[in-house]
Amino acid sequence: MLNKEKAADIFARIRRFSSADEVEVIFNSSRFALTRFANNIIHQNVEEENSIVSIRTNFGGRTARATANQFDDESLQRAVVASENLARVQAADPDLLAMPTPVEANSEDRAADKSVRATRFFEETAAITPGDRAAVVKGIVAVAAKHRLTTAGIYSSSESEEGIFNSRGLAHWHQQTLAEVSITMLADDSSGWQKSNSPDVSQLDPGRLAETAAQKAVQSAHPREIAPGKYVVILEPAAVLDIVGFIFWDFSGVAILDQRSFLNDRIGTQLFGENINICDDAAHPLQAGSPFDGEGMRRQPVTLVENGVVKRVVYARATAQKMKHSEYAAKVGAIQATGHGFPLPNEAGEMPMNIVFAVPENPRSVEEMIASTERGVLVTRLWYIREVDPYEKIVTGMTRDGTFLVENGKIQCGLRNFRFNQNLISMLSNVEAMGSPVRASGEESFDMVVPAMKVREFNFTEATKF
Amino acid sequence: MKTAAQLALDTASGRGVTYADARVVSIRNRSLSAKNGRVGHASESESLGIGVRVIAEGAWGFAASADLSRAAVEAAAARAVEIARASARVKVEDIRLAPEPAAVAEWTTPYKVDPFTTSVEQNIDLLLKVDAEMRAVAGVTLAESGMNFQREESWFVSSEGADIHQTKYSTGAGYTAYAFAGGEIQKRSYPNSFGGQWQNRGYELVEEMKLVENARRVAEEAVALHHADQCPEGTQTIILDGSQLGLQIHESIGHPIELDRVLGMEANFAGTSFLTIEKLGNLRYGSELVNVVADARQEHGPGLGTFAYDDEGVAAQSTPIITNGRFTGYLSSRETAHTIGGARSGGTLRAEGWNRLPMIRMTNVSILPGEKPLSLEQLIAATDDGIYMETNKSWSIDDKRYNFQFGCEIAWEIKKGKRVRMLKNPSYSGITTEFWNSMDAICSRDEWRLWGTPNCGKGQPQQVVGTGHGASPARFRNIRVGSAYS
Repeated sequence: MLNKEKAADIFARIRRFSSADEVEVIFNSSRFALTRFANNIIHQNVEEENSIVSIRTNFGGRTARATANQFDDESLQRAVVASENLARVQAADPDLLAMPTPVEANSEDRAADKSVRATRFFEETAAITPGDRAAVVKGIVAVAAKHRLTTAGIYSSSESEEGIFNSRGLAHWHQQTLAEVSITMLADDSSGWQKSNSPDVSQLDPGRLAETAAQKAVQSAHPREIAPGKYVVILEPAAVLDIVGFIFWDFSGVAILDQRSFLNDRIGTQLFGENINICDDAAHPLQAGSPFDGEGMRRQPVTLVENGVVKRVVYARATAQKMKHSEYAAKVGAIQATGHGFPLPNEAGEMPMNIVFAVPENPRSVEEMIASTERGVLVTRLWYIREVDPYEKIVTGMTRDGTFLVENGKIQCGLRNFRFNQNLISMLSNVEAMGSPVRASGEESFDMVVPAMKVREFNFTEATKF
Repeated sequence: MKTAAQLALDTASGRGVTYADARVVSIRNRSLSAKNGRVGHASESESLGIGVRVIAEGAWGFAASADLSRAAVEAAAARAVEIARASARVKVEDIRLAPEPAAVAEWTTPYKVDPFTTSVEQNIDLLLKVDAEMRAVAGVTLAESGMNFQREESWFVSSEGADIHQTKYSTGAGYTAYAFAGGEIQKRSYPNSFGGQWQNRGYELVEEMKLVENARRVAEEAVALHHADQCPEGTQTIILDGSQLGLQIHESIGHPIELDRVLGMEANFAGTSFLTIEKLGNLRYGSELVNVVADARQEHGPGLGTFAYDDEGVAAQSTPIITNGRFTGYLSSRETAHTIGGARSGGTLRAEGWNRLPMIRMTNVSILPGEKPLSLEQLIAATDDGIYMETNKSWSIDDKRYNFQFGCEIAWEIKKGKRVRMLKNPSYSGITTEFWNSMDAICSRDEWRLWGTPNCGKGQPQQVVGTGHGASPARFRNIRVGSAYS
């Protein structure tokens, strides 16, 4: 594994090898292990260690990147030459900026650093062994056996180091751990699922997750088929994050400049319900990830949606400069670099990836949402979500692993799974109740701090055969 | 490289394993793009490392390291054994591997032009020419194009004596024109979405694609879609172009035939399959015209699933998957072959790189062309009332691979054998077996193309590999159309 001192030494060697005007190096180093189980046995069990050095060179408006995972002089020199050769042959890009200095990157915000350090790296997580993981899996299998179910899932752990150095003096480093459990419980014609992750393994409770997943599998046995149509749905937090994740690619300055965002001509308007408030905050205690972006700029907290009104989007440095001089400048709210850029060069620009939904005025538990529902559908998990219409933001996908009919305030039975085609603007305008936001993890979108939601007129268009 | 792999085997063997293999893999990649008249990104990458897979106490362990020093390789092998012993704490029975001759072989993708010998200037110049053609069309608001080359060299050795050195090249290129106007975003891609066309070939693939020649037409279609009528909702006859049919095969045949899915090994993430084992040889999967193979051999074509040996040393094969409409085969591995009574693996175990465990993946899962000569235009001429759809835009299918919905970039209404009007936002949906049983015509060999899907995700941690899908345009009856906008 690399550390900041080793990285600084490698960066110094790379600078000696390079003849570019400017040099930036991104380091990623990780040890990752994952124990996978199915049919109540461990069937795959892996561990890997890798370190990557990614070199960007600048020559007067020309830039390119080369990446390698070997650190001998020959390999580093080859990567430097590859980056320089790719950069030199291009025409100069007038929008390309000089690399940020530590002052511009707001490197000295010690309060934010302290908050991030306290919530991102835990020795206990880094120390998890194959034997520890097997013991946890054995416990999950025991829960399955108790309920006469079959279980499948993963228990993973990782520690990672990442950093960015540039020739203008910027030098950031970040350490992260993460432990994750995902559990499916299968019965003959039903299933249940739960997933959770945290930088701090002590925050995970695999036994509780296994019991909840098992109860969902048992409770949804012998599912009924009901006609597709518009229903009140109660989406558990993982279902919320997987579907709403599809809007955040568009909260990007480049997406507006490219006119590929559903926010084209809509920033500043009442797009969602007044109860929707969303920010991006890398330092939030339930968030994970580094506090700096792909150029080394500190990630700033940004209010994206306030009382249903889209206030602004996020910006990499060059995007902000370009937007200020564009025809859209008067229509997009505040324009400034927010520390959300991807590593350069890239086409996508930036994206908010530390999404936090605000605590609603009157948070309701899922149980309270069920109790207040005359007829609706409780959804545990969504699956294979894809965008159908980029401007109306219609997405399609399936329910999965625990879909229930709610009638007269109670769960009545399991349901066969539905296909939905749902306009996300409508969905976030039809939220009747929300829970307290939690850190949630799914499969279709990145992790977020999101609430459960009760949504009216959710559009199920077809049912499947199970 | 082979020395490192052999050292890993020796280390694992000294620790009491019953089986071990080691793969040293070196990958080089070049990725270039253009966007709205400028270079979008320009990057190269190299990745080198070793993955060691062992069976100890009847259970699997795998460890990978980028460090090929003697100490690091020995440590990785020892770690794989430690992990296998941990796996053995939660097992029911020992792993069984189907027998396989220990191959000693050398193989390289046939190619005419090593893509890495082409100059970056040449590559960028082509992308910018394509870009200029697209932006010459009024109404185009975003033009994106890209080009990717990969060279993957691997050294595989096993405790059974296998010793295989393979070098695979792949190339991909394509572009998309977007048009935003009046509260609507439309796009057209060439020659396919997902970055264009991808094959295991050299730069000659790029030269054959006529990228510049087609750019203006494709961009004009993106703009014209704004003036097209909405695809109607209802039950229709549809004709799918070969690239869309390739993705239909991928999702509703390729994934459900993965034997690990069938056996529940993917239940937590990718899902299971409706194709339970008792259906083998018994299920009427499609109409008599539906003949599908999984073929990794070079003679099938230069698909992204073409190789000489898979990542556990099994020779490339052709497996009949659907024969005259009947379900006849799965994708299998040495570990899973016995569950379907197979004496040998189907040779489909593949890994994304050195740091990932090989798992059952599609190779080239292709529908065979019709035997009677039939061009696309002849098929359209023989269709009284229907919709012809082209180029995938959205795709979704449930976790047992039954209910699917696809959207395409563009469609044309067919009346009395002629295209009468362009339609926007076409989509269709259905149930897998009902859909394939409704196929009543498929075009012949001259319309057949081996398409590449470069972004197939599976596994935990997720692995992305490329798969090949040969297809020619085909016609389907009584298909639900337009529900995506209902």
